[in-house]
Amino acid sequence: MKLKTMLAAGAVSLISTGAWAGCAFENDVPIKSLSAGFEAWKAVTDAMAECGNVEAELDQEFREKQPSAFEANPSLYHIGGVANSTMVPLLNAGTIRPLDDLVEKYGQNLTPNQLIKVDGQTMAIAMMVNTQHLMYREDIFSDLGLEVPTTYQEMLDAAAKIQEAGVVEYPIGGTFKSGWNLGEEFINMYIGEGGSFFGEGNMPAINNEQGVASLEMLKALTEYMDPEYLVSDSTYVQQQFQQGKIAIANLWASRAGAMDDEAESQVVGKVKMAAAPMGSAAPATTLWWDGLVFATNMTDEEADAAFRVAMEGIDEEMVKANNDTAVWLINGYEPGEVAMGAAATAAAGALPYPASGPMGIMHTALGNGVAAFLTGDKDAETTLADIEAEYTTAAKEAGLVQ
Amino acid sequence: MKFRTFAAFVAPSILMMLLFIAFPLVSVLKQSFYLTQPVYEMVEVETCTPGFLTQTCVTETKAQPQLDEFGKIVTTTTFVGLQSYQNVLEFGRVKAAWAKRSWSEFQTIDFWKALRFTLTFTFITLPLILGMGLGIALVINNATRALRGPVIFLSLLPMIITPVIGALSIRWLFIGDGILTAGLEWWLERDIAMFAQAWTLELMMMFYRVWHVAPFAAIIFYAGLQTVNQDSLESAVIDGASRWQRLRYVIVPHLMPLIVFVTLIHLMDAYRVFEEVVGFSSQAHVISLQWLTYDFLVPDQAGNRSVSRASASAMLTMIGIVILLVPVLRRTWRDHRGGH
Repeated sequence: MKLKTMLAAGAVSLISTGAWAGCAFENDVPIKSLSAGFEAWKAVTDAMAECGNVEAELDQEFREKQPSAFEANPSLYHIGGVANSTMVPLLNAGTIRPLDDLVEKYGQNLTPNQLIKVDGQTMAIAMMVNTQHLMYREDIFSDLGLEVPTTYQEMLDAAAKIQEAGVVEYPIGGTFKSGWNLGEEFINMYIGEGGSFFGEGNMPAINNEQGVASLEMLKALTEYMDPEYLVSDSTYVQQQFQQGKIAIANLWASRAGAMDDEAESQVVGKVKMAAAPMGSAAPATTLWWDGLVFATNMTDEEADAAFRVAMEGIDEEMVKANNDTAVWLINGYEPGEVAMGAAATAAAGALPYPASGPMGIMHTALGNGVAAFLTGDKDAETTLADIEAEYTTAAKEAGLVQ
Repeated sequence: MKFRTFAAFVAPSILMMLLFIAFPLVSVLKQSFYLTQPVYEMVEVETCTPGFLTQTCVTETKAQPQLDEFGKIVTTTTFVGLQSYQNVLEFGRVKAAWAKRSWSEFQTIDFWKALRFTLTFTFITLPLILGMGLGIALVINNATRALRGPVIFLSLLPMIITPVIGALSIRWLFIGDGILTAGLEWWLERDIAMFAQAWTLELMMMFYRVWHVAPFAAIIFYAGLQTVNQDSLESAVIDGASRWQRLRYVIVPHLMPLIVFVTLIHLMDAYRVFEEVVGFSSQAHVISLQWLTYDFLVPDQAGNRSVSRASASAMLTMIGIVILLVPVLRRTWRDHRGGH
């Protein structure tokens, strides 16, 4: 295993020193990129590196660096990897450039779906979508003769039967880690219930029936989870699946490939994908995209080179080689088994994550506040009222609320 | 020493202290009284994002910061007095909880919840560390010369490990079906979830801190033990003092200045408890004052930070440390004066 990795690494370094082996042109302008570090970004930045002179930084904490790095003049990075939410600070500060002319020059292979438009201008190029959808142990479900749940209520019923049959101790897994993950879980539920987060003037508006219903459903789910759910993030849930400890979870599409990874998973071929459960108004999940942005503070020559390199990074060749790594938006992608869940979720009308400045604050307030309800420290109304109060304080401090 | 020589020796260190401690501190103090905000304008924006096959476009009114002619965000800074302190301390909610005489409601307020844990943590670990440290030091001191080296090395190990790494390794021993949890489950024949409630987490955090800091105390006490007057010890033996009495009446009084020193250092360190919260990701159940400051300072995904509240909370932490240290410092001062 180790030897194999080393050989592979050696091969990769050979390719990059041999320059533009898999690239249509030879890049001679030094280009730097900063993005998240998950599998898809590895694939894309490796493909970019084939053009030569590309230095890619993959960092899971990229969002803390990006705003100030792009504000420098010249910008510390030419290319940035972002998602819905992390584009907001860059867009607000005007540190990413409109791409329409570059798209016209070099973007022949892009589909209209990939162009992220803000007020008619293309500000980012999307490469993949990500969403939380249902993953379940098909073998357990067919053994017990259970239907694939389409709502959370059905999921609870299925979980009760699985627990009763004693197949696994805790049937449900969830990314309920206090902080960003837990905030996201509430947002999924709340959007599923058709709630809206803000009223007039960015004032919070979550203390309502939909909010209470969302909290109560989250709590009902925790009854079937490992009691340590407040420290369980996506990687933890993925491992629970791989080790056969859980039977069902609403997990990120980007984690689907890992279920069939023979080196890690004990349940290869047994985990199947399905649409995210429906709330009373929409699927209880949000659609995310990941994509590329380009700094304002660089020369046009650099922008040219950066864009061309990026196009090589997200070309058909790369997708063909990494088909099941992500749900790509790129030409040449063939949705396989693992993309079924994301496709079905989108088809059912899942809404995009409502990224904005106030939403950033709301997400943090939710992530810190929801746990108090789950642990039983507060009742639902108090929890929501306290989250609203926390949001208002922070939003006032940020100048978003008067 | 001539004044010039003295000044030349001290100047670099004073300069560093000013540059890296005093000025930042003044700046934090200032920021806690001011509020810096971007100037927002409400604009109608149409945003198109990818769906699985086609795009979704939404038009909504969004708050967007204004940019100046250099492309920087326009900000305004206003003096807000103690507003940020009030936002951290939340006296309104404290009063409401007091009116109901409800401790549990009081403990839902972040600052007071953090203060409660920070103080508990500090005062429970302090005697344990002093006790353990003295114990280890006595063991080393009484070990035969051949064993002394290895024993010192072994007892110093926890201190050498980087704090966060140490916390993480204890976390992996206990989380989920970690080795120790699995072992406890097998021994007690019941299901155990160490990360599911506050008290087990607090227990682990304190256990970790004592494990990590006791060697430091031990090494200090061991050094002190080398200077215990052997004549007084021998005369105590002749007077028929037991082992315990010798410890109580000869050794501990001799070590007293060192005990005060270790107490001082530990109070300062423990009040700033932070690694444990991060290492055990305990924030859903247990938070500390230092973690609260950190949480205010971390930008959310839209890039917002609460700098003013973070500054206020940092100042409050400092005030807390000073209050804790005053009795110990006064004692040292008194001894110092009495000794001359």
